[in-house]
Amino acid sequence: MMVMVKAFQRPRTLIPRPTHYCPGCGHGIIHRILAEVIDELGIRERVAGSAPVGCSALIHQYLDCDMYEAAHGRAPAVMTGFKRVHPDKIAFTYQGDGDLAAIGTAEIVHAAGRGEKITAIFVNNAIYGMTGGQMAPTTLICQRTTTTPYGRSPEAAGYPIRVSELLSTLEGAVYIERVAVNSPGNVLKAKRAVRRAFEVQMEGLGFSMVEVLSPCPQNWRMSPSEAVKFVEDKLMPYYPLGVFKTPEAMER
Amino acid sequence: MAEIIINEEFCKGCNLCIEACPLHLIVEAERLNAAGYHPVEFRDDEGKCTGCALCAIMCPDSAIEVYREA
Amino acid sequence: MKAAEENVLLTGNEAIAEAAIQAGCRHFFGYPITPQSEIPEYMSRRMPEMGGVYLQAESEVAAINMVFGAAGAGARVMTSSSSPGISLMQEGISYLAAAELPCLIVNMMRGGPGLGGIQPSQSDYFQATKGGGHGDYRLIVLAPSTVQEAADLTMLAFDLADMYRNPVMVLGDGYIGQMMEPVRFKRPEAAELPPKDWAITGAKGRPRNVISTLSLDPETLEALNLRLHHKYEDVIRNERRVEIFEADDADIIIAAFGIVARIAKTAIRILREKGIKVGLVRPITLFPFPYDAVSKAADDLNVLVVEMNMGQMIEDVKLGIRGRSEVHFYGRTGGMVPSYEEIVREVERIHGGGG
Repeated sequence: MMVMVKAFQRPRTLIPRPTHYCPGCGHGIIHRILAEVIDELGIRERVAGSAPVGCSALIHQYLDCDMYEAAHGRAPAVMTGFKRVHPDKIAFTYQGDGDLAAIGTAEIVHAAGRGEKITAIFVNNAIYGMTGGQMAPTTLICQRTTTTPYGRSPEAAGYPIRVSELLSTLEGAVYIERVAVNSPGNVLKAKRAVRRAFEVQMEGLGFSMVEVLSPCPQNWRMSPSEAVKFVEDKLMPYYPLGVFKTPEAMER
Repeated sequence: MAEIIINEEFCKGCNLCIEACPLHLIVEAERLNAAGYHPVEFRDDEGKCTGCALCAIMCPDSAIEVYREA
Repeated sequence: MKAAEENVLLTGNEAIAEAAIQAGCRHFFGYPITPQSEIPEYMSRRMPEMGGVYLQAESEVAAINMVFGAAGAGARVMTSSSSPGISLMQEGISYLAAAELPCLIVNMMRGGPGLGGIQPSQSDYFQATKGGGHGDYRLIVLAPSTVQEAADLTMLAFDLADMYRNPVMVLGDGYIGQMMEPVRFKRPEAAELPPKDWAITGAKGRPRNVISTLSLDPETLEALNLRLHHKYEDVIRNERRVEIFEADDADIIIAAFGIVARIAKTAIRILREKGIKVGLVRPITLFPFPYDAVSKAADDLNVLVVEMNMGQMIEDVKLGIRGRSEVHFYGRTGGMVPSYEEIVREVERIHGGGG
């Protein structure tokens, strides 16, 4: 009789309950790699995070650690308040593209600009999921949403915003990487980026962010496999993956 | 030799694991689970699974556990 | 900084800031706005001296959310602003009340609405006591009328906030903020405060805590609202504060709060010298409003409400009086401050039978 060992299982910090997310939604993957990183770094008892307004407003039902629910877009300010009270603890925000790149743009820019020692996980699916599929600041040109029924046109709705590039111009932002969860290989790279982002915080170096290109099958009106193809074929060309800022590359 | 165990009640039938598996050892079931999705099933009659865990890595619902020979 | 129990000469803004420090506040998040910028400026010097945190936020929106984070982390925390900035904070205030987080919010009122003016007003009474933010919640609102009282009420505010797990507002105005008077910082008796075992500190040795205000299930949300409501009933029962000045033998009662009450006291002295017996009812807690005290002092006498707005506290005065006596109003607004002569003239007009 062969002895089998468990080689892969749900991480301890990920609460074993079925999620409310749609089939094939990237949030489930990103929650898991975040939980794996928290477990591997051994920081579950030292970490606090902030849920956004959006599909992942209920992330605190899935992560077994101290959690806030912040007002829409305000998570970087909330976690700034937390981290200034408890500088020895680890703080993260988990935000969608409306939360971080629309209503919360001031908060994320200034948290990064001040070099707040917090980590932002930015889930970019180029659409507003929770409210039923409206345009996001990261929606692509020609992409159809419920508020760009003819496809996004620059004349009417301007151009999509590349947040990682934007924030990487700020001195206080010391680690910025864009990743995607469209394939197992990229999921593993995304996890490594999340881990590095937390390590940068733990080393006290400054603000870190991982932007994760994520599929939204429901609101893109696609099957899950079509949605990961959309990430590869459409999102990744406009939002290139890679490291935009890293502490090693900074001259200090 | 390796195998996976799928927790059907967490599976939403997104089929990303089916695409991820390089040996095509996962298929969609005919039946529905309690949530109304077609869950996936592990079919490895020839014992080909290597325990690469690519299926589990892609699964958005952490519904797959992977076991490998010790 | 001198020892706490000595008299020092400070402006209202400085006194409020120092009182917060004396009360153990070590976290200030704010933004400059006239006429209270001296509060963040004072804090930026003083907090580092005390090993505390001064952080100038990018906006009042960010500041109130930093307060949310720090309050949720279990700290004594405050912010300060003036009318337009307080408008920006309303979302955060609703969230703080819903999450039952203690904190101090200082509003040094200026002329409004809109960008308004930088001179003092009292035109945020409704905003402070009747809402401002969305939903069924109340702020405990404390209205000082002297620099000393501003300091005392600031210290009290932190204890009330912790006792009731609710945000508390000290509602001043630009006049009190800028004027300079002697202050002594009297540390209040150590209050018995509940432990903050709900705070976000990292889930070590305990189940994790969640600070959340979303309740998709209406029954759960109704239960939260009922719990808040019962809490506010306790506040109403226990925390009403009012000053009654020379009302026992009065023929006319003035009702006023904050700086206007000070001016009214001068008017009362002059009126009494002229043979008109006038008294003053000065609510100190605007929520909970001292309806009974107002009603009792007013009896069936003529009441003159004087405010630096177009008539806000007067509605609560009328509620307390329930039609038993005539309620008159005299107001200046837009930054205009009523003089004691105007108040004297108005009382004489009412006393002389003018309506």
